[in-house]
Amino acid sequence: MEDLTVSFAGRDEPGRRTGQRANVLEGVGFTLAIGAIVGLVGESGCGKSVTAMSILRLLPSPPSRVERGRVLFEGVDLLTLDEGAMRDMRGNRVGMIFQEPMTSLNPTFTVGWQIDEALRLHTPLGRKERHQRCLELLRLVGIGAPERRLAQYPHELSGGLRQRIMIAMALACEPRLLVADEPTTALDVTIQAQILDLLAGIRERLGMAILLITHDLGVVAEYCDEVVVMYAGRVIETAPVRPLFANPRHPYTAGLLASMPKLDGGRGMLPTIPGMVPSPGSRPVGCPFTDRCPNALPRCRTEMPPLEIGPDRHAFACWNPVR
Amino acid sequence: MAGYLLRRIIQALLILLGVTAITFILLYLLPADPARQIAGRSATAATVQSIRQQLGLDLPLWQQYLRYLGNLVQGDMGRSYIQRTEVASLVWSRLPATLLLMAGAIVCELVIGLGAGIIAAVRRGRPTDTAIMVASFLGVSAPQFVVGILLLYVFAVQLGWFPIGGYGTFAHLVLPSLTLGILGGGWYSRMTRSSMVDVLRQDYIRTARAKGATGGRIVLVHALRNAVLPLIAMIGLDVGIFMSGAVVVESVFGWPGIGQLTWQAIQQVDIPVIMGVTLTAALFIVLGNLLADLIAPLADPRIKLR
Repeated sequence: MEDLTVSFAGRDEPGRRTGQRANVLEGVGFTLAIGAIVGLVGESGCGKSVTAMSILRLLPSPPSRVERGRVLFEGVDLLTLDEGAMRDMRGNRVGMIFQEPMTSLNPTFTVGWQIDEALRLHTPLGRKERHQRCLELLRLVGIGAPERRLAQYPHELSGGLRQRIMIAMALACEPRLLVADEPTTALDVTIQAQILDLLAGIRERLGMAILLITHDLGVVAEYCDEVVVMYAGRVIETAPVRPLFANPRHPYTAGLLASMPKLDGGRGMLPTIPGMVPSPGSRPVGCPFTDRCPNALPRCRTEMPPLEIGPDRHAFACWNPVR
Repeated sequence: MAGYLLRRIIQALLILLGVTAITFILLYLLPADPARQIAGRSATAATVQSIRQQLGLDLPLWQQYLRYLGNLVQGDMGRSYIQRTEVASLVWSRLPATLLLMAGAIVCELVIGLGAGIIAAVRRGRPTDTAIMVASFLGVSAPQFVVGILLLYVFAVQLGWFPIGGYGTFAHLVLPSLTLGILGGGWYSRMTRSSMVDVLRQDYIRTARAKGATGGRIVLVHALRNAVLPLIAMIGLDVGIFMSGAVVVESVFGWPGIGQLTWQAIQQVDIPVIMGVTLTAALFIVLGNLLADLIAPLADPRIKLR
């Protein structure tokens, strides 16, 4: 992804269009290697989900609009494809799973029908072969008694099972990239770990890349190869997991890491980052983190620092980084 | 399931019993004297009195009602005061025409309402949506006879595509069905639009898009299945409404249905016929609702009949 900038039409309080547009993403870029798991982290509203949805072009337009940038997938810019070619990508070359397994499945069709649909749309397989493949997929995502499960409706399944069904559906055509938008946020902790282990295991077996969107740094440390940290619609730091956790350079990343509870951290209050994320319409000219930043310089208010790549493929956008 | 059906049938019988009681009391309270009406203006008081006795009209209300119920249980709905024929056979002879018009009207309503509602929902907020909503408002608020006469004038008189009135062939059915369909379609399109707009916002629609389904497939397969539920209940109600409520359309097109029979009976204070058609309409309303409730789980598997 290169320099992706997406704007939304502004609305005032009663919901009328104001005619002004605000950039929700501002020059977002990062790279996903084949077979890698990259974690995309940041607070709510920082643009993680918009970034994820932009890859498959699932944002409603209007009100959204891509202002500039490219999303290169195996050498093809997804943003330039026509609708038909884009549909061939969705669910086929690029799979996606969502945050809410309870509402992301259609309540009026059996889960078997819904998994089968992905195969019907993208493969020439016959009915019997597709059925075999569906059974195989359920086994792959660790669902027992697959024959019985296929005939069930989403409301008959638990949240964890539904998310496994979503994953089976996304994997039906063996995509090269899986976009997982907070796949475990709505699940309880033990199920979370199961689902993430499952994704990591499937990555190993199928060799696909995973973009894992999360706000849980613990998840990132455990499962990801690289991290992309976003703040107020921008990428502010990106690095392989180890250097980032060992030596965060952007004050925001450092603040995030400091606010994680630690087992050996002793008693007392957890440190927090004071202040609020500026909304897309009211972001300052300079670095959007300035008002909350302990390291802020006068320059930060007037000029946005560029994302500069240092050694270790460690890049950060800050005039006065943490040492 | 069997228990559910049994309970619904008992409920239905109670409802019908209530309907007969209320109708009976209301008709008894009417200031008109059926005996006088049957005997005619020039009849003597003695003749009127004998007719009254013959029909049991001199008995107290509760005795009259029990007599009526007793006959009803044996399938006897009484005799028309005016036409001197069995009420059951009168209703029975009008039933085919009424059912045919009902079917035609429901088909038209669904085609017009679903089509317009889906298009409006997909084009929400755009000129097409506004145009459809204005049209549906006109459809809802236009009187039956205006729409009927307009269609009759354009398609029967001017263009000559359909007969002006009557009953017998498919061509006779088109205009009356369309009249009722345009009126009902207004309601259906509004309902379809609102439930469709709601469904199209759901997460599972996004999932379908992420899967690579085409726009048409998403709307007609993924969304429609979820949006039809309120419509099924409405069709159930329509079955009852068209049973007796198509009076105006039947008059405009000379359609020999139950609506016309009802109208005549009311004008002539033909109490047994009024009772008969009221009971029949109530029966169909109950049946229509039962049918709608039985069909609902097929559309939405989360609904369980208990």
